[in-house]
Amino acid sequence: MSEKLRGRAWVYGNDVDTDVIIPARYLVTSDPEELGRHCMEDLDPEFIKKMKPGDVVVGGENFGCGSSREHAPLALKSAGVSCVIAASFARIFFRNAINVGLPIFESSEAVNGISAGDEVEVDPSTGIIRNLSKGETYRATSYPPFLRHLIEVGGLVPYVRERLKEKEV
Amino acid sequence: MKRTLASAIIASHSGESAKEGDICNVKVDFAFANDITAPPAIKALKEMGASRVFDPKRCAVLPDHFTPNKDIASAQQVKLSRVFAKEQGMLYWEVGRVGVEHAFLPEQGQILPGEIVLGADSHTCTGGALGAFATGMGSTDLAAAWALGETWLRVPPTIKVNFEGTPPPWIVGKDLILALLGIVGTQGARYQAFEFHGAAVKALTMDDRFTISNMAVEGGAKAGIFVPDETMLKYAKERAVRPFNPIYPDEGANYARKVDIDTSVLKPLVAAPSSPANARPAEECSDVKIDQVFIGSCTNGRLTDIEMAAKVLKGRSVHDDVRLIVIPASYEVYNAALERGHIATFVKAGAAVCTPSCGPCLGGHLGILAEGEVCVSTSNRNFVGRMGHPKSALYLAGPLVAAASAVTGRVTDPREVLSSDELQSLKG
Repeated sequence: MSEKLRGRAWVYGNDVDTDVIIPARYLVTSDPEELGRHCMEDLDPEFIKKMKPGDVVVGGENFGCGSSREHAPLALKSAGVSCVIAASFARIFFRNAINVGLPIFESSEAVNGISAGDEVEVDPSTGIIRNLSKGETYRATSYPPFLRHLIEVGGLVPYVRERLKEKEV
Repeated sequence: MKRTLASAIIASHSGESAKEGDICNVKVDFAFANDITAPPAIKALKEMGASRVFDPKRCAVLPDHFTPNKDIASAQQVKLSRVFAKEQGMLYWEVGRVGVEHAFLPEQGQILPGEIVLGADSHTCTGGALGAFATGMGSTDLAAAWALGETWLRVPPTIKVNFEGTPPPWIVGKDLILALLGIVGTQGARYQAFEFHGAAVKALTMDDRFTISNMAVEGGAKAGIFVPDETMLKYAKERAVRPFNPIYPDEGANYARKVDIDTSVLKPLVAAPSSPANARPAEECSDVKIDQVFIGSCTNGRLTDIEMAAKVLKGRSVHDDVRLIVIPASYEVYNAALERGHIATFVKAGAAVCTPSCGPCLGGHLGILAEGEVCVSTSNRNFVGRMGHPKSALYLAGPLVAAASAVTGRVTDPREVLSSDELQSLKG
């Protein structure tokens, strides 16, 4: 996670739930491409038509609340969203995003500062968020050490693979 | 250190000090997925290089969401899940013998006091009614638990909820949890646990407690746990498939917040669109005309709920403009409702009774809403588009409000429909 993430901001409010990120009617598959085609459909039908790869989704408090469907961060990632910035994340979504490799950043100051359409650049290694349109800089909350370790080893799948090997030995 | 119930259960499973905020590696007692979340979990498990689940008797797959299979794509997902479960020798119950996971697993004695239970479904917190630390996760986390028999948990701060007073007979578990959500909001308990106490709790049926724990996640909570008492232990002992050790909070534990709710003054509530925390007295929404009523789900599809609804519908008819869909949450419930005559009551009243399934709750099947339609539902979420068209609307309510609304064709407080004798005989 060292490459900088850059794109236009799509700004939404509090409590963006996983039912609007990917409606359950599409959960007859877990194919990321198919899920990505319907991302945010019930909240903002224009999103998937107009967003460009690298764009950033900005939410308020409790982003990703509701269902545990991992299909939600998968849909965002597959649609081409480079990262999600929110004032806070619902806990299951938080874990799921890390597990599927969708970068997420918690920063109230970024959420307050970023307007729809702003050009945003995020450095995942430092958590520094730059608003290129407004010339502002914000800082994201850093992850606890265990989660940093999890991200460094490449996520939960490689982590478990290593743990299983240790158990065999 | 004085421990909350959440901290005590995590400590007993981790061998670590488990202070609030600590991230602990814990042993998992039971881990399950459903027909939507199992396929990605199976894929992740293979990527992890795990050939076997940690203990096939503690790992389960339940086909409950899009079942009986609603289309070819969902049939494929169920088939994949079934084949995997059989290969692994895991617990798997077939359509006709299963139920909505959070109603069915407690009946089967698979969720027990003092345990840590993980489900790839957000309403896994329902298991808190049995004094378990039960919490929902995504498919990859669930796969990790299947592989290792362990997971990581951050020890949550706890909100102590005191349900005080004696509720009137027409106040049900759903009214209590909607009242609580109205106070804390959709994220007031984010990353925290609820622990339920108070005089009113002692008299609550297990079914009411399941309803309350079920919706803990709608406040953002990772768990909503009841302290073991006689009612809970009786239920657990009659059904347990393995030995268990009830765990209790310490007297004088430190709580992040305390919320007191006087249940004696509660009115029948609804959560108006489009937030489960949007609590309002049903009587204040009595001008809202409705098209559909759904009685069922992991929130309110249990026998007590079905019985309450049947008491309202006995000798009455569903309003001409309304579709009433009743879905018992499991076959145990379905059979009991059949034997007690409730299914006949519903059918005579003009309801459609369906086989156990999550059905329309998440907009799957068996009652999807069209543009502009309004539904009163006993389920747990009224998010935009949850039960169908993004321009449909959902009022969440308990079984009494739902059944009364089915009779009148608008959102209705049951006191408007039932006689005073009927109201007094609602409990017992």
